[in-house]
Amino acid sequence: LGLSWWSHVEMGPPDPILGVTEAYKRDTNAKKMNLGVGAYRDDNGKPYVLNSIRKAEAQIAAKKMDKEYLPIAGLAEFNKASAELALGDTNEVIKSGRYVTVQTISGTGSLRVGASFLQRFFKYSRDVYLPKPSWGNHTPIFRDAGMQLHAYRYYDPKTCGFDFAGALDDISKIPEQSVILFHACAHNPTGVDPRPEQWKELAAVVKKRNLFAFFDMAYQGFASGDINRDSWAVRHFIEQGINVVLSQSYAKNMGLYGERVGAFSVICKDVDEAKRVESQLKILIRPMYSNPPINGARIATIILTSPDLRKEWLEEVKGMADRIIDMRNQLVANLKKEGSSHNWQHITDQIGMFCYTGLKPEQVERLTKEFSIYMTKDGRISVAGVTSGNVGYLARAIHQVSK
Amino acid sequence: KIKLKCRALPPPPPIDGQNLGTYRTDEGQPWVLPVVKKVEQKIANDASLNHEYLPILGLPEFRANASRIVLGEDSRAIKENRVGGVQCLGGTGGLRIGAEFLRRWYNGTNNTATPVYISSPSWENHNSVFVNAGFKDIRAYRYWDAAKRGLDLEGLLEDMESAPEFSIFVLHACAHNPTGTDPTLEQWKQIAAVMKRRFLFPFFDSAYQGFASGCLDRDAWAVRYFVSEGFELFCAQSFSKNFGLYNERVGNLSVVGKDADNVQRVLSQMEKIVRTIWSNPPSQGARIVATTLTCPQLFAEWKDNVKTMADRVLLMRSELRARLQALGTPGTWNHITEQIGMFSFTGLNPKQVEYMIKEKHIYLMASGRINMCGLTTKNLDYVASSIHEAVTKFQ
Repeated sequence: LGLSWWSHVEMGPPDPILGVTEAYKRDTNAKKMNLGVGAYRDDNGKPYVLNSIRKAEAQIAAKKMDKEYLPIAGLAEFNKASAELALGDTNEVIKSGRYVTVQTISGTGSLRVGASFLQRFFKYSRDVYLPKPSWGNHTPIFRDAGMQLHAYRYYDPKTCGFDFAGALDDISKIPEQSVILFHACAHNPTGVDPRPEQWKELAAVVKKRNLFAFFDMAYQGFASGDINRDSWAVRHFIEQGINVVLSQSYAKNMGLYGERVGAFSVICKDVDEAKRVESQLKILIRPMYSNPPINGARIATIILTSPDLRKEWLEEVKGMADRIIDMRNQLVANLKKEGSSHNWQHITDQIGMFCYTGLKPEQVERLTKEFSIYMTKDGRISVAGVTSGNVGYLARAIHQVSK
Repeated sequence: KIKLKCRALPPPPPIDGQNLGTYRTDEGQPWVLPVVKKVEQKIANDASLNHEYLPILGLPEFRANASRIVLGEDSRAIKENRVGGVQCLGGTGGLRIGAEFLRRWYNGTNNTATPVYISSPSWENHNSVFVNAGFKDIRAYRYWDAAKRGLDLEGLLEDMESAPEFSIFVLHACAHNPTGTDPTLEQWKQIAAVMKRRFLFPFFDSAYQGFASGCLDRDAWAVRYFVSEGFELFCAQSFSKNFGLYNERVGNLSVVGKDADNVQRVLSQMEKIVRTIWSNPPSQGARIVATTLTCPQLFAEWKDNVKTMADRVLLMRSELRARLQALGTPGTWNHITEQIGMFSFTGLNPKQVEYMIKEKHIYLMASGRINMCGLTTKNLDYVASSIHEAVTKFQ
């Protein structure tokens, strides 16, 4: 009886992204920078709790509400507001009610519920196509849900931009009725988004190949500063008659990371189909965690449905997006000042929290070892971790390892 | 001729005994624990707090203290550093993460054929959790003896003896749902002995610690006994009921292993499982619990709040039983006070239940399960007389 049941259990590899933060914490260099973090930081490098969120929280505290279980599908008001945020409240889908939205455990929970739903009910295919590269967690989520992963060309390392021709070529060859995942905006990790004209062509080929479109929208409002602009692709696909499924996260655009606020929506043929889909989503959710946590959803609902707070929130989101854009501009300007001869235009062409610098693993390693600048091996930096106080240091370091 | 104008009495307000496992005050209202209100205010006033991600396994102070609550202050296993916690979304989340882990790593790797035994009856979601985690062979073990209205210990032990070695058994730590019938200490010892001999894996579901008897230690006796007997086990803890934090989804999966090294490797694999289901858990509820458990004053206040809830349920049980006995209601009614926790298997049959619902507007489950929290000092007489009617009208 001295033996453990777990003797054969292997030590899991450290999470590649979290491992960066762990190493950063151990570093004693005063100039150290954490550019692995996927969370927004203000210009002092501090976490930022939005004022609109604080106000919403104060309202909640004053109301002294009970702690009774939410329904399995979550807070109904939140679900409605979330769908309206994504599609616009005058959208035909919203008006007709031919959709279902369930509250989920942020973006991850939404993707997992969606993936599990497809595994059980999408009888046409097990195949899910992700852009290459994609968020690191997409693959394990779909795999654990029982789907098979494939990729379509997306990022062009030669241009540090969108491989449009490659994407169209690959997508046009995907077997009909496969599932294809798109990042709605602010592609993670590359920051490379298709332009509207390119989205139109992507929608056309998706329609032609009868592919099932799964949108992951974790940065609405956070990418361009404009919530309607950031959800344009999703709305366009729907307008083209493509009934998409959609994952939303409020981690970044409301700064509600640890409250785990998200939603999963299925655009349906009609209200009846939506009701049937909802019943099955509930059957999937119940044995996962029964019903979702209320705190973050209450905050988000107040924000979305109170005109003043919604206005304030949109301004704060734009503020975050603008600061990111400003840092991109400053980084490029500083690199020029350092005398770098490389073309760094991709830094300002890319959008959202992340930037694929184009730096190679050896260069990344030098940045970490010689300058205490922490980022993931693929050369991805979180622009959110850059401040006006350290952008000069970053530019100098990048120039040193790339000249 | 005198015409008597009789006005029909308005129907009595419905009595909700179907209520899905949430506490109600004597006024029939939900109850946010006073200590929770206090702590939430503290959290709201703390400008230094933000909404950053928790680690994948959750808030460290929550995990450690939650495990300490179930295993005890003086737990040798904790001292020996062979206990780990995974913050999960309620008890359900703890069960699911535990089940997902067992399916991947227990009794080989990815052994979906390992039998999982669930009590007959049990919480109806247990089955779903293990099926969705990938287990193919879910079985029932005998538990409730309807004839004697008690534990079918003989059947239970027989099922354990005949279960394939290494089978997983889902055990209710206390306040069995739905029967309210727990093994006695001696019976737990017998259960543990069989499980040890047959290499059966104990997966405890602890959703009512403190809520059952009013005493945290007493309600954790079975789990602690198994640990002291050297078992490696899982315990899915829920803080929904004993903290009244239902909608914040606060739970902890406690892992007790042979040594620290094994537990560390288990936790590293738990991280991978968590990462693809919810990435990291919600912070609000865990903060409330951790703050409460780590402050002696608040901790004392919480235990007091828990005792308030448990005592009210115990009072309703004894008052209901007393009334039924006073009425001379046919049958024996000691099970009402011998059973423990929120639920009671009244023993009413479907016809009697139908009468209760349709004629008396007292809602209980078809199984005869009633949530004792639906009873109040105001409706006790009515409920007792209604049960009396149901039992005398229908056999």
